[in-house]
Amino acid sequence: MTPDIALILTVDGLANGAIYLLAGLGLVLIFSVTRVVFVPFGDIAAFTALTLAAFQMQRVPGTIGLVAVLAAVASLMELGAAVRRRSADGLAQRLFGYGLLPLIPCGLAWLIAARDVPEIVRIPVALGLALPMGPLLDRIAFRPIADASVLVLLIVAIALHFAIAGLGLLFFGPEGFRTTALVDGIFELPGGLVITGQLILMMASAVLLAVLFFLFFERSLIGKALRATAVNRTGARLVGIRPERTGVTAYLIASALAGISGILIGPSTTIYYDSGFLIGLKAFVGAIIGGLVSYPVTALGALFVGVMESFASFFSSAMKEVVVFSLLIPVLLWRSLALAHGGDEEHEELDG
Amino acid sequence: MSAMLEIADLHVGYGKVEAVRGVSLSLDKGRIVTVIGPNGAGKTTLLGAAMGLLASRGVLRFEGADLHELGVEDRVERGFCLVPERRELFGEMTVGDNLILGAYSRRKDAAFVKSALDGVFDRFPRLAERRRQRADTLSGGERQMLAIGRALMAGPRLLLLDEPSLGLAPLIVRDILRIVATLRDTGVSILLVEQNARAALETADYGYVLETGEIALHGAASDLLNDPRVMATYLGGATE
Ligand SMILES: Nc1ncnc2c1ncn2[C@@H]1O[C@H](COP(=O)(O)OP(=O)(O)O)[C@@H](O)[C@H]1O
Ligand SMILES: [Mg+2]
Repeated sequence: MTPDIALILTVDGLANGAIYLLAGLGLVLIFSVTRVVFVPFGDIAAFTALTLAAFQMQRVPGTIGLVAVLAAVASLMELGAAVRRRSADGLAQRLFGYGLLPLIPCGLAWLIAARDVPEIVRIPVALGLALPMGPLLDRIAFRPIADASVLVLLIVAIALHFAIAGLGLLFFGPEGFRTTALVDGIFELPGGLVITGQLILMMASAVLLAVLFFLFFERSLIGKALRATAVNRTGARLVGIRPERTGVTAYLIASALAGISGILIGPSTTIYYDSGFLIGLKAFVGAIIGGLVSYPVTALGALFVGVMESFASFFSSAMKEVVVFSLLIPVLLWRSLALAHGGDEEHEELDG
Repeated sequence: MSAMLEIADLHVGYGKVEAVRGVSLSLDKGRIVTVIGPNGAGKTTLLGAAMGLLASRGVLRFEGADLHELGVEDRVERGFCLVPERRELFGEMTVGDNLILGAYSRRKDAAFVKSALDGVFDRFPRLAERRRQRADTLSGGERQMLAIGRALMAGPRLLLLDEPSLGLAPLIVRDILRIVATLRDTGVSILLVEQNARAALETADYGYVLETGEIALHGAASDLLNDPRVMATYLGGATE
C-alpha cells in the first residue's frame, strides 16, 4: 500500500466514521437517559434514506404508512391506559402528541411525493418523517416496561428491530436504492489528494452537529435536565424532572440524528430496508468504546471504526464486517478491566 | 385549622415485609417537626412514601390535597421537597448546574430562579466559591449544603430532611441544624428526620419517636428532651 492509498482510505473511513459518530451520539444519549440500547436507531436512518430515494423517484414513500401505523398503535395504547387508570387527565395532550403531530409530516410527504419539488423541500420532509419514529417506538415498546432490567430492554430493542425491519420490507419492498448526491464537485487538495464534495459534506455535518450537541448539553436547561436524568434518576425526579418527558426529548434528538445520518449516507451506499442494522451495530461498537456513557470517547471510537472498516475493505471486502466486529473483543476486554478498577464510582453518593 | 401535612395510619412495605406500620403524624405550617429513632426504624421509608418514591397505604395529605394522586414531580411542583439521606446529587455536574436544576420546577420564573440562587449563595457562601466545581469533588458537609441548597431552589413550602447530620463532624452538624432553624423564618416548614436525637429535639418544636415502624412516643420537643425514656435510650443518659 502506498501512502497515497492510505490517505484516501483514511479520508473515506473518516467520512463513514462521521456517520457512525452521529449514530453513536444518539445511542449513548438514549442509553444514558433511558437505559435502552436503541437498536432500531439504524432502521430510522435507513428508512429516512429510503424516504428521500422515493421522493426523488416521485413515489409515495412507505414511511408514511409506517409512521401512521405507529401513531395509531400509540394512540390506542394511550386510550387503553386512560381506561385502566379511569382518568382522562392529560389524555388529550398525549393523543395530540402521539396521534396527531406525527400525521403532519405524513401529510406533507403525501403532498410532495408525486411532485417535482426541489431537494431543499424534500430533505426536511424526509427528516420530518424520521422525527416521530423514535418517540413512537419508545411509547409503544419501552414505556410499558420502563423499570425492566437493561438486559430485558436490550432484548426488546433487538426484537423491535426485527419487527420494524419486517414492516420496512412491507412498506419499501426488497430493492435497494441510492439517493442522488447532495452536492457535486470534486476538490483537489495540495498533496494531490482528490476528495468529493459528498465526503466533505459528511464530515462537515458531523463536526457541526457534534458541536451543536455539545453546546446543547452544556448550556441549555433541557440539555442539563437530560444529563441530570442520566447521572441520577432519583435526584432528577426530586427536582421535578419527569423521566418520561426527558425520554421523549432524547428520542426526538436521536431520531433527528438518525434521519440526518440516513440523508448523509444515502448517496454513497445502497440502502435496503434492513441496512439499518449494520449502521447501528457499527455505531454501537463506537459507543461501547465510550462505555455507553462518554460522548467524546464515543465520537473517537466511531471514527476509528470507520477508518478500520475502510482499510479492512481495501484488503478484503468480504472480511470487512469481520474485522470491525472483531474489534469488539479487545474493546470489551479493556472495558471490563477498566470497570473492575473504577467500578466503585456508582456508589459515590453512599458515603455522603 | 387543618394541618399542612397529615399522615394517618400509613403502611409502607418492601415486598411482604412492612417497614412502616400504621404511622400517624401531623405538621402545622411554620413548624419544625422531627422524627427520631434508631437505625432501621423506618424513618427513610416513611419519607420515601411521603415523597411518592415508595408506594404506601393510608392517609397522606398535603395542604388538603391527597398525595396519593400526585407523582413525585407533581409534589415538587407544589413545594413539597425531599433532601434524601443519600443526597442524590448530580455528581458529574457542577455545583452551579446542580442548583439551577434544583429550580427546574420553577424554570419559567426567571426572576424567582435568580433570587433563589442569590439566597442559597448567601446562606452557603462555600457553594458560591465552588460553583464551577463538580459536585462529586465536594466534602461531606459541602455535599449536604448542596443537597439542601438544591432543594431550596425549588422554593419549597415543606422541606423533608432525611438525616442531614449523617456522617458529618459535630461542628458541621451544628452549622447545618442552625441553618435549618433559620429556614423557618423564610416561611419553610420542616419535617426533620434524625438519629442524632439531641440535636434534632433542640432544633424542633415537636417530636415523634419511631421504633420498628411504629410511633412509640410523641410530644413537644422540650418535653421529649426531658422524658426519662427518651433520655435513657436516645440521649445517652442524663442531660447536663
Ligand atoms: N430497599 C429495601 N428493601 C428491603 N428492605 C428495606 C429496604 N430499605 C429499607 N429496608 C428495611 O426497612 C426497614 C426500615 O429501613 P429505613 O427506612 O431505611 O430505616 P431508617 O431510615 O430509620 O434507618 C429496615 O428494617 C430495613 O432493613
Ligand atoms: Mg434512614
